[in-house]
Amino acid sequence: MKSRSGYLTIALVSLVLGLMLAVQFKVTQGSPADFGTRRTQDVVSELKQVTEERDNLKIELEELRISLNKAIAGQQEGYEALVEELNKARQSAGLLEMKGPGIILTLNDSNKVLQPGEDPNLYLIHDEDLLMVVNELKAAGAEAISVNGQRVLATTEIRCAGPIIQVNGNRIAPPFVVTAIGDPNSLESSLNLKGGVLESLQFWGIQTSIEKPKEVIVPGYSGTIKFKYASPVKEG
Amino acid sequence: MLTLWFLALLGLLAGILLGLNSPLVIPAIYSKYMSVAILAALDSVFGGLRSSMEDTFDNLVFITGFFSNALLAALLAYIGDHLGVELYMAAIVAFGVRIFQNLAIIRRHFLKK
Repeated sequence: MKSRSGYLTIALVSLVLGLMLAVQFKVTQGSPADFGTRRTQDVVSELKQVTEERDNLKIELEELRISLNKAIAGQQEGYEALVEELNKARQSAGLLEMKGPGIILTLNDSNKVLQPGEDPNLYLIHDEDLLMVVNELKAAGAEAISVNGQRVLATTEIRCAGPIIQVNGNRIAPPFVVTAIGDPNSLESSLNLKGGVLESLQFWGIQTSIEKPKEVIVPGYSGTIKFKYASPVKEG
Repeated sequence: MLTLWFLALLGLLAGILLGLNSPLVIPAIYSKYMSVAILAALDSVFGGLRSSMEDTFDNLVFITGFFSNALLAALLAYIGDHLGVELYMAAIVAFGVRIFQNLAIIRRHFLKK
């Protein structure tokens, strides 16, 4: 040690170092390092909350619809024709649960073991496949169709949404159960046409099965139909 | 020699206590620069201790080294951030290596006695 002042300098510098350490410690304490996981948890809990809220709203919607029905039923007999008309309109809009003869088609992803280098996409059911099936059923005269409990309306989308498919804004995943009301035989044969929809799906090992129970039930549309931009053109 | 270590530790403790009890806080965005500066300061202190054991301690060199290293490291990190290059990594590696080197030399001095 050349001079005594060296002691003082080291002590002072240590003091400054300690000060810096403490300040830094305080800052890192304020924002924990596991910020990423906390954010995920936040988002997950938010999702849960929103899902719950949606379910509650669905229930509320159902109740309101029932009370609306009651109100309609409670009207005088003079309105009966009107009620009938309304019911018919709702039927064609797809708001009512329908039953009748038809088929239940179940589609599931391929259970083939993938060879190395093969594209797994080829062995999955895509939105296009589902869309083609629904289209084929419509062409074969299906009167009401639902996919995994989602009623197919005029405005229904069947769309790829990442690993799942979105129908009526709801996300559905395989197995896909397509229920259709109509002539069971013609519905079935339309799907099983040579070179038709199911054959091309089966080529990739996609599992298909068709049931023809005496009566199938197609649920009504559970959401709301809103016309924000469109309005009817008055005739005459 | 022990007095020196005692003084260094005392200073460190006093600094920590002072820092924890003072309302001094730096914004979280600058905490990265602060950490690099701390590393540089740590390196300087160990370097100072080493040189004092080797009897080559120079007051001026030590003080200027301490502040210029800390400031330069923080500045480097800051510039790196604005250039999109993680320059603070360079500071961390350089000072990390030096700290361990200094520690090894200090250990040898202790063992020689």
